[in-house]
Amino acid sequence: MEMTYAAAVRYALEQEMERDPRVFIMGEDIGVYGGAFGVTMGLVERFGKERVRDTPIAEEGIVGAGIGASLVGMRPIVEIQFSDFIMNAMDQVVNQAAKIHFMFGGRMHVPLVIRGPAGAGTGAAAQHSQSLEAWFHHVPGLKVVMPATPDDARGLLLAAIRDPNPVIMFEHKLLYKMKGEVEESGEALPLGQARIARPGRDATLVTYSFMVHRVLEAATLLAGEGWDIEVIDLRTIVPMDLATVTASVGRTGRLAVCHEAVGRGGIGGEIAARVWESEAFDFLDAPLLRITGLDTPVPYSPPLEQAFMPSVERIHDSVKSWLTREGAH
Amino acid sequence: MAKPDPANFTEEAASLPRALDYFRTMWRIRRFDETIDELFASGQVHGTTHLYIGEEAVAAGVIGELQAGDVITSTHRGHGHNIALGGDIRAMMAELLGRTTGYCAGRGGSMHIADQNLGNLGANGIVAGGVPIAVGAGLGFHLQGRAQVVVAFAGDGALNEGGFHEAANLAAIWKLPVVFVVENNQYGMSGSVHEMFALSHLADRAAAYGIPGLMVDGQDVFAVAETARYAILKARQGGGPSLIEAVTYRYKGHSKSDANRYRTREEIQNWRKRDPIERVRAHLEGEGVEAAALDAMVAEVRAEVAAALRFAEESPWPTPDTLLDAVWAPAEEGAD
Ligand SMILES: Cc1ncc(C[n+]2csc(CCOP(=O)(O)OP(=O)(O)O)c2C)c(N)n1
Repeated sequence: MEMTYAAAVRYALEQEMERDPRVFIMGEDIGVYGGAFGVTMGLVERFGKERVRDTPIAEEGIVGAGIGASLVGMRPIVEIQFSDFIMNAMDQVVNQAAKIHFMFGGRMHVPLVIRGPAGAGTGAAAQHSQSLEAWFHHVPGLKVVMPATPDDARGLLLAAIRDPNPVIMFEHKLLYKMKGEVEESGEALPLGQARIARPGRDATLVTYSFMVHRVLEAATLLAGEGWDIEVIDLRTIVPMDLATVTASVGRTGRLAVCHEAVGRGGIGGEIAARVWESEAFDFLDAPLLRITGLDTPVPYSPPLEQAFMPSVERIHDSVKSWLTREGAH
Repeated sequence: MAKPDPANFTEEAASLPRALDYFRTMWRIRRFDETIDELFASGQVHGTTHLYIGEEAVAAGVIGELQAGDVITSTHRGHGHNIALGGDIRAMMAELLGRTTGYCAGRGGSMHIADQNLGNLGANGIVAGGVPIAVGAGLGFHLQGRAQVVVAFAGDGALNEGGFHEAANLAAIWKLPVVFVVENNQYGMSGSVHEMFALSHLADRAAAYGIPGLMVDGQDVFAVAETARYAILKARQGGGPSLIEAVTYRYKGHSKSDANRYRTREEIQNWRKRDPIERVRAHLEGEGVEAAALDAMVAEVRAEVAAALRFAEESPWPTPDTLLDAVWAPAEEGAD
């Protein structure tokens, strides 16, 4: 069935609420308002106010309440209206949810999903546009999911809800209206399995979330100029499917990474380090290329915001000059 | 310390020049935000915005009581606060249009417009984000021995954030010169105060912090001013913080993408009948001010806002080469 990314998230929520009475959703304005991006539209009418709970503006409270409910057998999903606001809940996310299973000797676990919109490109400025995945990637005990397509949003969300651990899913705002074919079986997609979005021979370009689409566009342009780029969509940051990346680098000999998040301290560095540590190191013919958001807060004004995010043009130009410099042809 | 008596101030609040000031300020706020509404509706501005239309008496009434050197912290719905402080609407409009001549050089947009020279320590995209900062400013004034006051504006929704509680308690135990002004416009985004509080009056929260809680009709600028004057004087004289609940209403949707599914048209219409600007107008006409003179004032404001829009539209776009440098304050700014 074809649907938008937002509808695919909703579809997974509906399917799982239908299937599993333990599942419920909490968040700000997720009831009659339908969520700031319309993701939960219609759910309160279908499942009622008990299972689709509008909350006060109290992120720490609702994330913590999600943890507590999960400890007594529920499967809560907490929507953070803009994922930036998870900052208000960091104690519950980092010191509580991530640590409970480990710290209590495996005697408790936290099957909690936290999901919300991330990313720039909508003119929402510095406090509503961030890509914060690296922060959570750094905390052992949290899984981090960043789907790029409607079906991945559906399938990975189902997996996240069924997972016994806390999972954070970031949904890029610019993906919500994107349409795609969506599986109807109710089957989850595994966490930790990357996808080769485009096979290629000259270089491996690893990316995820919204940037997958820009990278694919750039790869198409590059193909017209004789460069054959392999594009890997990681889909989940934790767990990370390193095997797919290293196998690809083994074939291409070149590694580039693209993400929208600020470059410094970003996932790109982590991917590079892991490849460097792996057997694929022996196959590397070129230095690493990182194409990322600028090392600044996200600016408001359209020309500034566009410059912040890697554009198709920036991706194309960076890869092209990298490959030219490295004598790939 | 003598306890300030609100009754002493009623006359001054209602003086004719004061009332004319309110009328002009409230119209400037309204016309500015109406213009922003039109710009968003016609797709000329990207991003989102939160309009203050319907709530003008709160900003005008409270800020009219501040003295030079006092400061405020503002919110995502902050245009009205900055205008009431006397902000330059050309620089405000330019910020909304993302131009270099905007208050934030185009980097902040609608939610971050603030004139620091006039005491605005920042409009904030994070609900309740400014409240602890306000308390910190109060602490700074206290440590410096300055008789200045801080007003922390917050929506009703902000009252349920942890940061609000922590900050209010700090202000209370340290008797800091802070006035918390809760703009109870009945809703967060869609969550009504009836659903999100188990209290009927938000001012009752003050009791939990051990500070005075005052409730005022936020559609009546004279009442707002009188209440604010009491709380501000008390804070200035070392009497510690207060919490004012100004009961008001936003006419427009929460932001530009609001379909108003959580409230009725009748409710909006009923509140519009208690329009704060019409109320000042009626007062002024009752005092013998000619309707034509008031209309002329409104026309002047309209022209001023239109000119601000032209100024913004003619201003240059920022260029990305300035971005990296913009992250860090230059060394000389920290030097004494
Ligand atoms: C920490 C945080 N959570 C949620 C939001 C999203 N949000 C922005 S404004 C708003 C409603 C705020 O309600 P209130 O404080 O009553 O102010 P109002 O908008 O009514 O003026 C919400 C939920 C936010 N900006 N920051």
